[in-house]
Amino acid sequence: MNFAKLDKLKLVNTIVLGMISIFFLVPLIWMLSTSFKYESDVLVYPIEWIPTSINVVNNFKAVWMADIPFYLFYYNSIKLAGIMTLFTILISSMAAFSFSMLHFKGKNLVFFLMITLMIIPEQSTLVPRFILIRWLGLYNTHEALILMGMFSIYFTFLIRQYMISIEHDYMEAAKIDGANYFTIYWKIILPLCKPILATVGIIKFIWTWNDYQNPLIFLLDRKLYPITMGIQLFQDDYADNYAVIMMASVSAIIPLVLVFIILQKRVINGISLGGVKG
Amino acid sequence: MESGKVIQETPKIQINRSKVKQKEAIIGWLFLLPEMIGLALLYVFPLIFSLILSFSQWNLLGGLSGIEFVGLDNFKQMFQDEKVLIAIKNNLQFTFMVVPISMAISLVLAVVIHSNVYLQSYFKVAFFIPYISSIIAVGAVWRALYHPSAGPINQFLMSIGIADPPKWLADTSASLLAIIIITIWTLIGYVVVIYIAGLSNIPPSLYEAASIDGASNFQKFYKITLPLLGPTHMFLAITLLIGSFKVFDLIAFLTDGGPINSSTVLVYLIYEEGFQKYNMGYASALSWLLFAIVSVLTFLTWKVQNNKMFN
Repeated sequence: MNFAKLDKLKLVNTIVLGMISIFFLVPLIWMLSTSFKYESDVLVYPIEWIPTSINVVNNFKAVWMADIPFYLFYYNSIKLAGIMTLFTILISSMAAFSFSMLHFKGKNLVFFLMITLMIIPEQSTLVPRFILIRWLGLYNTHEALILMGMFSIYFTFLIRQYMISIEHDYMEAAKIDGANYFTIYWKIILPLCKPILATVGIIKFIWTWNDYQNPLIFLLDRKLYPITMGIQLFQDDYADNYAVIMMASVSAIIPLVLVFIILQKRVINGISLGGVKG
Repeated sequence: MESGKVIQETPKIQINRSKVKQKEAIIGWLFLLPEMIGLALLYVFPLIFSLILSFSQWNLLGGLSGIEFVGLDNFKQMFQDEKVLIAIKNNLQFTFMVVPISMAISLVLAVVIHSNVYLQSYFKVAFFIPYISSIIAVGAVWRALYHPSAGPINQFLMSIGIADPPKWLADTSASLLAIIIITIWTLIGYVVVIYIAGLSNIPPSLYEAASIDGASNFQKFYKITLPLLGPTHMFLAITLLIGSFKVFDLIAFLTDGGPINSSTVLVYLIYEEGFQKYNMGYASALSWLLFAIVSVLTFLTWKVQNNKMFN
């Protein structure tokens, strides 16, 4: 009796949540449906969720075979996010290794100063960073974005927290043997840190992939644009041709959503770990 | 103890020890070096440089020799600038809608998803997809949905009898609201995930004990769930609060702060002054205003958090 009652509540919950979840997905379903349409059918009401006449090939061509084809934006985004993620993991884990495993004077002071710097909002250093990048001759290059995107106090902190929980026996034993610290870092500690490194990697990749502000300010050449700026271009060029713009959005969102669905446990765990510990 | 004895007996090892220590210090600094160069270049130098700039007037295009010190003029101008007041007001309005609404909705969703629902993993994914999607691609979708005369949202509103729906992004009284709606829509998935992580830290035995004592679901929620989520509420409040003072992407992409400044915010003003008008001095002063606000908020929430921990 009690079981039947519980299941009924569970069913009602599921149905209510199901309806709410539609609200979250409807804009994306509309996007997908619109990307298949002729422009003249886009703003017809009631909405044709399943298009009557299909123009998907032309919309696809307009996006993927434009003057600057969409795959170039993809290439740029993958390159930028990939390189920045690798550098961030390397640099942050090196610093974290030093903070958590090695003992030397001044370490705690540096750590404290670093944590203090963390409260500086990225946006409040935009102006001086812009001037610095121009002085370095890096304005309008990918190198500018990479240089600014490869250091992270937050990730150093997260990795350090993880490393602290690792047994120090390895280190002590290795130290007494006079072992090479680089070998310890690379061969022993990094492999032990795989879960946190995966988490950091995923979060960093997503953040970089979705970054709009830095490319907007530091890139001029359209051929260097990542996907976010690519969509901006379609928005500017096609103004009211929603079918083409939605095809651009679909091209930007759907592959990432598929990757997310495959890696969902990792991503969700990563985000919540970052949240709980941060 | 044992190793101490060994050292006393054989001084040779002691020398090795201090050598090891010295070596460890050198290695320690070497491992820190890349990070410290980065922090010096991207945090410390910019901070000092923008402080100097904030007391000067400089148009980037004029070259370094064009820097002219003007004392407190930028800050005086800032407090008389009507745009700055509007931006702060908009930032506050944005914050006080986005933070509580997204937290309240997400809390309810998280409790239901965590405890009593079929298709649990479907829901986690469905709510999370807007968050994972590029905010710019999502913004492009919403711009079409918000189309003032023929967009799906207003067509729907008119079909249910609202004769004169807002013009959303093109409406001085609705543009900020339009941005707020998109923001909440994208944020909820993230907040739900954080709440679920918090919920799974509450020991189930507490609920079992409460059930034995005859507590209703409602009582359990108020007496167990809500208070035990304390640290999670706190974490979310801080992150979302600070995050909403940094809002920029959607506004730059969708409204350029308009129409007539109705959706402008502090970071957008920094962008406008610095990168469209090239007033580097004034933009730096605004950057310090942002820094000050975020610092005060961080400090206050940290204080509240500590007080709570003592009580």
